[in-house]
Amino acid sequence: MKKLIVITLLLILGFYLISTFSSTPFGAEKVSGVKDFYLKQSPETLKVSNVVTAIVVSFRGFDTLGEVTVLFLASTALGSILYRRRTKHSGLNPQREAVISSSLVRTGAKVLFPMIILLGAYVFVHGHLTPGGGFQGGAIIATGFLLILISYRKFFINHNVLTWVEAIAGTTFVLIGIGGLIYATQNNFLENFLPEGTLNKLMSGGVVSIIYIAVGFKVGAEITGILDTLLTIKEAGLDPDEN
Amino acid sequence: MQEYLTYSVYGSAILLMLIGLYAALVKKNLIKIVIGLSILDAGVHLLFVAVGYLNNATAPIFSEAVIGKNVVMADPVPQALVLTAIVIGFGVTAVALALVVRLYRKHNTTNIDEIKNLKW
Amino acid sequence: MGIGSIIFLIGALLFILIAAIYAIIQKDLIHAVIASSLISLALSLVFYILQAPDVALTEAAIGIALSTIIFIITIRNTKRYENE
Repeated sequence: MKKLIVITLLLILGFYLISTFSSTPFGAEKVSGVKDFYLKQSPETLKVSNVVTAIVVSFRGFDTLGEVTVLFLASTALGSILYRRRTKHSGLNPQREAVISSSLVRTGAKVLFPMIILLGAYVFVHGHLTPGGGFQGGAIIATGFLLILISYRKFFINHNVLTWVEAIAGTTFVLIGIGGLIYATQNNFLENFLPEGTLNKLMSGGVVSIIYIAVGFKVGAEITGILDTLLTIKEAGLDPDEN
Repeated sequence: MQEYLTYSVYGSAILLMLIGLYAALVKKNLIKIVIGLSILDAGVHLLFVAVGYLNNATAPIFSEAVIGKNVVMADPVPQALVLTAIVIGFGVTAVALALVVRLYRKHNTTNIDEIKNLKW
Repeated sequence: MGIGSIIFLIGALLFILIAAIYAIIQKDLIHAVIASSLISLALSLVFYILQAPDVALTEAAIGIALSTIIFIITIRNTKRYENE
């Protein structure tokens, strides 16, 4: 009975959505004031080739600050939900120490790990020239750390190092924004105040590449912290923190 | 031809949203509910990027091949919005799964009907 | 778009819908999670055809590996099969 009501409501919703969206055909020319402004300003004034990077970092950079805050809140909330007290057997985790991985897995992970880190760093340093950027590069770096965490039993990540990397990267972002408030021509937050350079070279765009490098470090450190917290959960029966 | 393409791209994005919403409303296992929310996210992102496509467009990057010419570029504003939305969707899924682990520790079940304070 | 791109687009969308229905019907949760990661893979290819390379990279980096691994860690700490 409940399933019939739900299916009826979903069909009504789907009918209204499809009738709204099929009034303009796929690929037709739509209202284009904002798009033309960004596509004209980005290679001429700001000299950044990747228009999506210019929108995410410079034209709508405040939203990126909000998103980095949301990821930080998610990582903190996860750490506080899965909290365990540090008792004297807090280094023992029966799930991770159950099976030794074979030497094929261990050797392969040891060889692949620097290449994955290099690929991630390449993606977020060249974020303003080719598709890529801070979020993609940070996720690739976190995948490299995940490979090592799965293959080696005794690889522990020091959470203090992760906290310091996140803090320094986040502070760099906000300080560059405040620098725009003081030094830029129109005194706006997150406005460009460094010289722009030429189009399609590595040194172009002013503060855009520096902000994206800081975002790449921060996102990589946060996702690594999330994965490390999830991988070191105790089993239900052995938890010393029962409430 | 254009009508078939319109109905199939927009229709499949909306159908993906409806499948995810059905799983989030009807299913009783907690992890199935989280999978349903993740499928709902995928449908919404597809709908956004499909709205931003123009006919015979190219990617919005000013590489050396397209600088002097007069080409039509796809709309970069929905792509910037979807970039943010994908990362936030991952963060929400991670927090939801941490809550599932914590609920399992306390009540020893993942069935939403058996957890005491939650009824339909 | 050329005719080859249109055929590939419609094939990928059909694959996404079939994988989504499989993911919510299946009782073994590991199979459902693998189907969800196949949705992300095909979705990343669809984003590339719709001329959005940044979004395709982000969906591939986050949806395929990271989302699947956090689901599998959670399933390992709870039950594997969906009862009834």
